[in-house]
Amino acid sequence: MITLNVNNQDHQIDAPDEMPLLWAIRDLMQYTGTKFGCGKGLCGACTVHINGQPIRSCITPVALAKNSKIKTIEGVSDKGDHVIQIAWQENNVPQCGYCQSGQIMNALPLIERSAEKNTTPTDEEIDNHMAGNICRCGTYPRIKQAIKDATVALIKGA
Amino acid sequence: MDMVKLSRREFLTYSGIMGSGLILGCNTTEQAQSKIAQNAINSGLAKSDRLNLFVAIQADGTVEIVSHRVEMGQGSKTGIPQIVAEELEADWQKVKVIQGLGNKAYGNQNTDGSTSIRLFFEKLREMGASARMMLEQAAAQYWQVPIEAVYAKENYIINKNTQAKLAYGDLAELASKQVVPDIKSLKFKAPEQYRLIGKPVPIVDLKEMTMGKANYGVDKTLPNMLIASIERCPVLHGKVSSFNAEKALAVPGVVKVIEMPATRDVVSFFPLAGVAVLATNTWAAMQGRKLLEIQWDLGEKQHINSDQEFETYKNNLNQKPIFVAKKGDVKNGFLSAKTLVEARYKTPYLVHAPMEPPMATAWFHDGICEIWACVQDPQSTMNSAAAMMNLPADMFVVEPTLLGGAFGRKSKPDFSNEAVFLAHKTQQPVKVVWSREDDIQQGYYHAGALENIKAGIDDKGNITTWHQQTVYPTIASTFNNDKHTPQDFELSLGFGDLAYDFDHVLMEKAEAKAPVRIGWMRSVCNIQHAFALNCFLDEIAHKINKPTAEVMLKALGADRNVNHKEEFGFSFTNYSEKLERHPYSTKRYREVLQHLIKQTPIDQTLPNNQGWGIAVHRSFVSYIAVASKVSVVNNKLSVDEIHCVVDCGLAINPDRIKAQMEGAMIFGLSIALMGKIDIKAGQVVQSNFHDYPVTRMPQAPNITVHLLNPTENVPSGVGEPGVPPVAPSICNAIFAATGQRYRDLPLNQYLTV
Ligand code: FES
Ligand code: FES
Repeated sequence: MITLNVNNQDHQIDAPDEMPLLWAIRDLMQYTGTKFGCGKGLCGACTVHINGQPIRSCITPVALAKNSKIKTIEGVSDKGDHVIQIAWQENNVPQCGYCQSGQIMNALPLIERSAEKNTTPTDEEIDNHMAGNICRCGTYPRIKQAIKDATVALIKGA
Repeated sequence: MDMVKLSRREFLTYSGIMGSGLILGCNTTEQAQSKIAQNAINSGLAKSDRLNLFVAIQADGTVEIVSHRVEMGQGSKTGIPQIVAEELEADWQKVKVIQGLGNKAYGNQNTDGSTSIRLFFEKLREMGASARMMLEQAAAQYWQVPIEAVYAKENYIINKNTQAKLAYGDLAELASKQVVPDIKSLKFKAPEQYRLIGKPVPIVDLKEMTMGKANYGVDKTLPNMLIASIERCPVLHGKVSSFNAEKALAVPGVVKVIEMPATRDVVSFFPLAGVAVLATNTWAAMQGRKLLEIQWDLGEKQHINSDQEFETYKNNLNQKPIFVAKKGDVKNGFLSAKTLVEARYKTPYLVHAPMEPPMATAWFHDGICEIWACVQDPQSTMNSAAAMMNLPADMFVVEPTLLGGAFGRKSKPDFSNEAVFLAHKTQQPVKVVWSREDDIQQGYYHAGALENIKAGIDDKGNITTWHQQTVYPTIASTFNNDKHTPQDFELSLGFGDLAYDFDHVLMEKAEAKAPVRIGWMRSVCNIQHAFALNCFLDEIAHKINKPTAEVMLKALGADRNVNHKEEFGFSFTNYSEKLERHPYSTKRYREVLQHLIKQTPIDQTLPNNQGWGIAVHRSFVSYIAVASKVSVVNNKLSVDEIHCVVDCGLAINPDRIKAQMEGAMIFGLSIALMGKIDIKAGQVVQSNFHDYPVTRMPQAPNITVHLLNPTENVPSGVGEPGVPPVAPSICNAIFAATGQRYRDLPLNQYLTV
């Protein structure tokens, strides 16, 4: 048995140490918002946070996530009203929506960091930060705009 | 007539959308009580007062509207109810969209070919208008006034004389008992009255998608469900000789190992030969699969290499061309031409790579088989499962989940048939999970193609003579082993349906045998045809020293509706549309091009190593022109800007059209820059996003979409037609920037991208 803390809740799961966190989260804890896209750390669909850092859960063994705080898309807000979610909604970002949990989880720390510094990230910063997250539907222009809007909202709100 | 809740059988008998779809059927029969019927209906409009196949209203005023097509990112789950709700005068805030199950009554549910709106626009309006009229009739009956004395407004029927109001919810039951209006008596709104059509209504799953709460094929879970990962034969039509499952079965969580049926001779949508590992979780299934020891009999196709195949295609085109269509006499045309231009273009094999790989869950219970899967066509999912299992199609109840992208891949339900096979074997719910490697290596590929074009130009710079040849394995090969040449339905995708007005035209094709399963991918053969055509016109323009747009506009000639059958003897299929409804209009072709020139500074003087390129194409009965600006510095290509002008007729949801065009530009960019599948020893070489790269954010340019004439003409296709002009516009831009002509895709063979 391993204990994992996901979205501020402890879960006891029966998983081998090397099981990727992705499958533990999805199959054993039923947080299905985190998606599978490649299984090799190439697409970002499976992005979650460990202690606030975005990581690719498909290549992170559960053993590495013990004694840490794991946050998934379900932990961002209860009602879908976090500034980042609102920015995504206002920009009508998703097409199929499948990559968007990973996009949001990957973008969140960039937004928070930028807001702390009171600046909106530049196109180049966003490109660099988001290069590991594929959206096959091609929502990149809107993701970019949503990241900027969310940062502005966070700065104003803070 | 006594309207009752209808059974699925009655749906089939009385209310095929091919009929009116408005009549609900009159009797409950014994079958209506059957489990099948109950299941089919329960997740549809069961618990409310149905007014027709698409509309039911609950007592609390909730308006349930069926979306009978599937949602894969194109937005039709919003666009379809938008149209129904418009004529229904429904309050959009009260609309609840119900995903339609697989059911013949809906007519064609195969969500591909950019058809959801264009094929159903009128029917959907009828559904809305008919339901509204039943509500009006009910209110008129209640108030004892003629129907002319009432009107509908945002979920209320209003009495014109007294201004009294009755809510839809209160009228629902009475409305459901009204005689279904005759189609001819239906009154439709004037376009000026539209409140929903033409508005950028946000997609219905928007919020859930930002919360991780939207459900895709991969997300289905059921009690006692097993998860299957399947090792399939790496070569098409190879077989399992023998296998040892001992080590796989030793993995904790692995429950069963089952051999899949042999690949059928005609592969169609049937499963591929292989061995399935079933486990209580995905990871265990994947680990077990790695430990399988399988001896394959790889079969005949193990000697196929795609590079060699292209050599064969080339020789077949040169030595054994097959006549397709003609006009005038190209031989004489070339003799009297002043200038000749000739080129060959090559586009590689491609795979869809939707973000969510294929996923399907099946469960046999209580005499039925339920299927939850990210399939584009719930009906072919039912029918092919029935054919595979030798069971009646009625037994299969298919609920499409949301699709995490599809692009044509998921209109081939081979993966759901795998789940059906395994669920039947185990008599347990089984979810089949495809890895990315499975998706890249076991696809239905977009066929690699070669195209030759030769043109003769007279001394005034007119293109008089045109000889075009094309070759690629046909999609028909997947369904018929005797088909080895491009079929008319494929040549109708931008080859035989030439817009340009030349005196002498000859069109030819050649044989190409399929090395792998061939399938349709977003915009299908338009990819290769539009690439060759638009690059070649740019080559001609350069040769005669004229701007490309000018050459294109001149070649279009006078505005006309082209009838390719009459002009060339080509059997143009026009995307299943009648020419009367969707003529082939060179006027609209010209207008998108001229609008593009007006909107983009393609004539601006640019620094060295920068350039603009353009392309224009009609596909899926829409007209699209694209301009791309590139820069090439130290052999590094960057696409800086793309403008797209789209004329897709009446725009139902302009924001989704823009989103589809943005997506199509980025999809087209993947094709232009990086997309390539190689086949070596009968096996696909690429396996994941490291060697089958797709566009990433730093490569994505600024994109501007212009909707041209969005309130004129009937709606036409949106999901696909943006793709074909992208790659040629980029290659033409590179030529403008560097003087270097690239005729083989993808560009990462030559440039850093
Ligand atoms: S699924 Fe983890 S990076 Fe793609
Ligand atoms: S929205 Fe479909 S993959 Fe990003």
